[in-house]
Amino acid sequence: MAQTLFDKIWDAHVVKSFGDLSVVYIDKHLIHEVTSPQAFDELTARGLPLFRKDQMLATADHNVPTRNQHLPIEEPLSRSQVNKLTENCEKFDVELYGLGHERQGIVHVIGPELGLTQPGMTIVCGDSHTSTHGAFGAIAFGIGTSQVAQVMASQCLLISKPKRMRIIVDGELHRGVTAKDLPLYIISKLGTGGATGYFVEYAGSAIRGLSMEGRMTLCNMSIEMGARGGMIAPDETTFAYVEGRPYAPQGERWEQALAYWRTLYSEPDATFDSEYHFDAQDIYPMITYGTNPGMGIALNGLIPTEVSSSEAVSFQNSLKYMGFAPGESLLGKEINYVFIGSCTNSRIEDLRTVASYVKGKHKAQNVEAIIVPGSKQVEQQAIAEGLDKVLAEAGFELREPGCSACLAMNEDKIPAGAYCVSTSNRNFEGRQGPGARTLLASPLVAAITAVEGRIVDITQYLN
Amino acid sequence: MEKFQILRTTAIPLPIENIDTDQIIPARFLKATSREGFGENLFRDWRYTSEGTPKADFALNNARYGGQILLAGKNFGCGSSREHAAWALYDAGFKAVISSYFADIFRGNALNTGLLPLQVSDEVLQRLLDQVEQNPQTELVVNLPEQTLTVPAWGESIHFDLDPYKKECLINGYDDIDFLVNQKEAIAAYETTRAWAY
Repeated sequence: MAQTLFDKIWDAHVVKSFGDLSVVYIDKHLIHEVTSPQAFDELTARGLPLFRKDQMLATADHNVPTRNQHLPIEEPLSRSQVNKLTENCEKFDVELYGLGHERQGIVHVIGPELGLTQPGMTIVCGDSHTSTHGAFGAIAFGIGTSQVAQVMASQCLLISKPKRMRIIVDGELHRGVTAKDLPLYIISKLGTGGATGYFVEYAGSAIRGLSMEGRMTLCNMSIEMGARGGMIAPDETTFAYVEGRPYAPQGERWEQALAYWRTLYSEPDATFDSEYHFDAQDIYPMITYGTNPGMGIALNGLIPTEVSSSEAVSFQNSLKYMGFAPGESLLGKEINYVFIGSCTNSRIEDLRTVASYVKGKHKAQNVEAIIVPGSKQVEQQAIAEGLDKVLAEAGFELREPGCSACLAMNEDKIPAGAYCVSTSNRNFEGRQGPGARTLLASPLVAAITAVEGRIVDITQYLN
Repeated sequence: MEKFQILRTTAIPLPIENIDTDQIIPARFLKATSREGFGENLFRDWRYTSEGTPKADFALNNARYGGQILLAGKNFGCGSSREHAAWALYDAGFKAVISSYFADIFRGNALNTGLLPLQVSDEVLQRLLDQVEQNPQTELVVNLPEQTLTVPAWGESIHFDLDPYKKECLINGYDDIDFLVNQKEAIAAYETTRAWAY
């Protein structure tokens, strides 16, 4: 039977099958401070060694402060968790790009930028946004801590094969529509559980046209429609991005890799368990109004008035929490914070987009604008390009790398009741701090909102 | 992991759809490095005010309701992969969650924690919610070996699906680590046969 991209990579990693379950080999295992300590303890309790420690990489990202990273972490619990990661990595001899290291950053930003993420791989991490790495044509997905321990102990997982879904977006994107608008649009159509049980392949001319950064933004949010992961067949854009990065194969091995990677695509007559087609021309710059990522509308759209009866309670609770009403437009709403960062949108391309728009302008007085780069390397690149100065002159605060206000585990929290236009991936109640009200949008929408101080139809602000 | 065989208990209704793991256990409580104690902050921001006073209108604070089963709306456990969500429910005394749909990662995490994610149809879920809201003393019986959910008040038993391997694990308190470590020879042999190794 003609194989999909997913099938090809899955089959190449099955060690053994037992009924519906397979022992699936994992090429790369990324870990961070929040979901690894109990897994290391599990190994210690059972007297088990790490099976393949060289296939692991650790970084500290979720808990780290974004100011004064050269000083010890002030918050005692965060400090203890980050220290625990360092201790475990020393004890088990795992490579760690910890706080202060030139390669430190959000785990899903550093994997790709170091060339560790490559087509055809299986990649896991105790973090649901591991789907980001699927942008390279890899099977990448988030796992729980018990599974982290399983991969540590065996470099494998015992899992069943998900169903395959393909989402095709064809056509040319409108001006002002960027990669982030694609998942916000798609999830608004499919819902937050619309792809549960599936692994998604994104295809079509609008997807092909995205940069690697854009593809990562799209695959990153696959989990927000319930998918195990998302992926895009590798092509010349992918190969050009990977080539020459520190962990990328070199010389003859590069040629071998390339020859294999060129076989990684869904065969023309391969079939999917589910398929969706979208027209790029139907997509406009998006924003969310509610408390899950599926509650999104075009900036100049209206909050729905009707939902299914089973969703009625969630919908009412959600609008009450956000302080919005059914049928309302968001245009003109004042905003208190703009957060540009997270594994969804903190790469150099995102910072360039923001800097290019705000150059020579200034943020509105009622807005606090924070930019948190995804990694030390992104931060250094931004400084090398002079973006730090452009941002500072526009009143944006460029911080040090980490997950920051995406999930507010560190001190970067949005106060209760305040509105934040955020380039992150989740607008759940309290996600950015207890009572915080999050509106998800692209970096371009976030930049324009910061300058205007309120939600606007951005198409009128583009040159 | 503790063994799970037969559970006879009342249930607490939470008829809200798309309950995400940030609600089950907010990120700011994920800083512990052990598995214990997460139950204290289960549904923290729904259960308590910012001053820490219990919110009377939340089901877990309502004296009418009690038991070891949570009855929750569709797409339970979406969002973050934090296994801490399953730990928090288990630590707070829940042994099963009944919903008409579970997010994938949560389902796996629950099974690895010894917490049964029991999926029923939308219709059955609604009937269960109505029943428990009307009569909080309603007992539910989960028989894992038989894969049945029985509501004695209805005189009715409902079959539920579960992967046979995962069922054996829950019944016996086994986990995947033992299984996978026993596959080491096959795994090492696989490594030598790979056409393209990273």
